[in-house]
Amino acid sequence: MKQCKDLKIVAVEHPNDGYVLLKLTDAEQLPAIHAGQFVEIKVENSPQTFLRRPISVNFVDENRNELWLLIQVVGEGTRHLANLQLGDTLNVLFPLGNGFSQGVAGDKVLLIGGGVGIAPLLEYAKQLKQVGATPYLLLGGRSANNLLQLDIFRQFGEVYVTTEDGSMGEKGFVTNSSILQLFNSSTSPHRGGNAQRAEGVSFSRISCCGPKPMMMAVAKWAKEHQVKCEVSLENLMACGLGACLCCVEKTVKGNVCVCKEGPVFDIEELTWS
Amino acid sequence: MADIRTTIAGLQMVNPVMTASGTFGYGLEFADLVDLSQIGGIIMKGTTLNPREGNDYPRMAETACGMLNCVGLQNKGVDYFCGHIYPQVKDIPSNMIVNVSGSSPEDYAACAARINELDKIPAIELNISCPNVKQGGMAFGVTTEGASQVVRAVREAYDKTLIVKLSPNVTSIADIARSVEDAGADAVSLINTLMGMAIDIEKRKPRLSINTGGLSGPAVKPVAVRCVWQVAKAVKIPVIGLGGIMNAEDAIEFFMAGASAIEIGTGNFIDPAISVKVAQGISDWLDRHHYESIHDIVGII
Ligand SMILES: Cc1cc2nc3c(=O)[nH]c(=O)nc-3n(C[C@H](O)[C@H](O)[C@H](O)COP(=O)(O)OP(=O)(O)OC[C@H]3O[C@@H](n4cnc5c(N)ncnc54)[C@H](O)[C@@H]3O)c2cc1C
Ligand SMILES: Cc1cc2nc3c(=O)[nH]c(=O)nc-3n(C[C@H](O)[C@H](O)[C@H](O)COP(=O)(O)O)c2cc1C
Ligand code: FES
Repeated sequence: MKQCKDLKIVAVEHPNDGYVLLKLTDAEQLPAIHAGQFVEIKVENSPQTFLRRPISVNFVDENRNELWLLIQVVGEGTRHLANLQLGDTLNVLFPLGNGFSQGVAGDKVLLIGGGVGIAPLLEYAKQLKQVGATPYLLLGGRSANNLLQLDIFRQFGEVYVTTEDGSMGEKGFVTNSSILQLFNSSTSPHRGGNAQRAEGVSFSRISCCGPKPMMMAVAKWAKEHQVKCEVSLENLMACGLGACLCCVEKTVKGNVCVCKEGPVFDIEELTWS
Repeated sequence: MADIRTTIAGLQMVNPVMTASGTFGYGLEFADLVDLSQIGGIIMKGTTLNPREGNDYPRMAETACGMLNCVGLQNKGVDYFCGHIYPQVKDIPSNMIVNVSGSSPEDYAACAARINELDKIPAIELNISCPNVKQGGMAFGVTTEGASQVVRAVREAYDKTLIVKLSPNVTSIADIARSVEDAGADAVSLINTLMGMAIDIEKRKPRLSINTGGLSGPAVKPVAVRCVWQVAKAVKIPVIGLGGIMNAEDAIEFFMAGASAIEIGTGNFIDPAISVKVAQGISDWLDRHHYESIHDIVGII
């Protein structure tokens, strides 16, 4: 059930200049949250920020009844969020959207994140591990200091890193990563045939969140290699509830609301070329 | 406690607060978040005779104290509404009102005739003021001839409460209001969005896919209050006021300007329970100022 309430800020961390990690809690038990779902935050005392701001659920700490949000400062609204203090409250409408595919035991899922798009993948990696699936993490950033929460990611699966400037992991974009090359070499030149794939790495699915050009490149790679792939979109939103029809994405079924039918879509549903 | 029950052209409402078309879905989207029985009326999404895909993304741009939209009446058509949505909304304990749009008087009338058959829909709101579709929509709402032509056609096909929603994008909104009153409207609601535009200067491109869109939110409130005041002086039928209402004080302004009821649109995006809070706030304000009924302040300016 969706709710709209004030959550209490129990930690404000600044992993680097451009990001803030907010940890929120409530006197009541937080509702069940599915990885990839998001919240709509009301930004108080910021006259320039009229509408709520959509932010993915980064992590849920069930033991501490905490919900984490990892936010990159890009404008006025996120700047205000970065200035919040311990003990402040945040009015949050949540949980919204559908989230990533539910994993099953034995699944090998490659999670690819770019920039702040890594945020929802942390909770997803946790949920996949909980059901007995194996998450592999491929995280890309401009440079080493954009790559956050790596230690926590490592608790849930193998982590591969690319940076554009080569300051950490492999140099280049996520699509240049050796984990993909490994997959590549094991399947080509004759594609198909699971036995062949098993020699390298084979994935049941790729789940991806990041800047649109990155997601498009990953989607293209997945199509070429016949791997199922889902992406999490960040269309501009007004209501977050499927009521205003502002956030639509063109799909094979026509225009659909990203906030309600998504934000995660199978690339086969999208009309990306 | 002050009496805020209201009757508008035969529609009995628990309070004078309704939710505006295009901002509250079919009500269902908000069911977890607000007690729908405590809303005077729910005006559902714009519905047309045939399905419409709406405009391309981006359809929304946030602006100072408001937003622009160019959704363009995306909906699955009146048949889908009757077959699939009506069964889900017919038992919602509020006045469930359909907002009807079209591109010719015949379209409007045919759509209204279908809705007329639905027992649990006590009223329609005729949208002759949508700025976001190429043909029709606002084209009818900006001339007295166009407006009365559509209203006359619908009046023949529809015998329940007929509300006509007016555009502020006109020279004299009072003239348009008089013409729809003469053509048989039972009430008028105003304002629809104000035509606007915003440009992304870095991309050197308009921020909306079709360049222009409708402005809503607190930015339009003074224009809306002025329109309501002018129209309330010009017609005898009830006036429903909307445009930028975010709290009870805003609503009171509209009542004083001559509105008998109000609608809340964009405010639902900021607080999904705003309608019920505003209704409570109106009642509290009346109590604090020793009014017994909402009617005591309607049109006092
Ligand atoms: C479902 C969803 C989940 C998201 N999850 C996260 C998250 O976990 N962490 C995070 O930091 N951000 C996330 N975003 C993006 C975030 O909502 C925007 O960065 C934020 O709204 C910008 O607000 P602002 O007031 O700071 O910037 P504004 O002043 O509104 O805009 C500054 C710049 O950011 C861009 N921008 C604004 N809104 C968006 C948007 N919705 N998507 C992409 N760019 C935008 C604008 O085009 C502009 O260039 C998510 C967006 C969606 C739709
Ligand atoms: C996203 C959005 C969609 C809208 N769709 C419709 C519509 O389908 N029919 C209609 O008559 N008005 C529509 N409107 C206009 C609103 O009902 C209302 O007239 C306007 O937004 C002004 O009120 P507000 O400032 O309280 O939002 C829409 C407004 C918004 C913001
Ligand atoms: S943001 Fe309103 S429908 Fe998606």
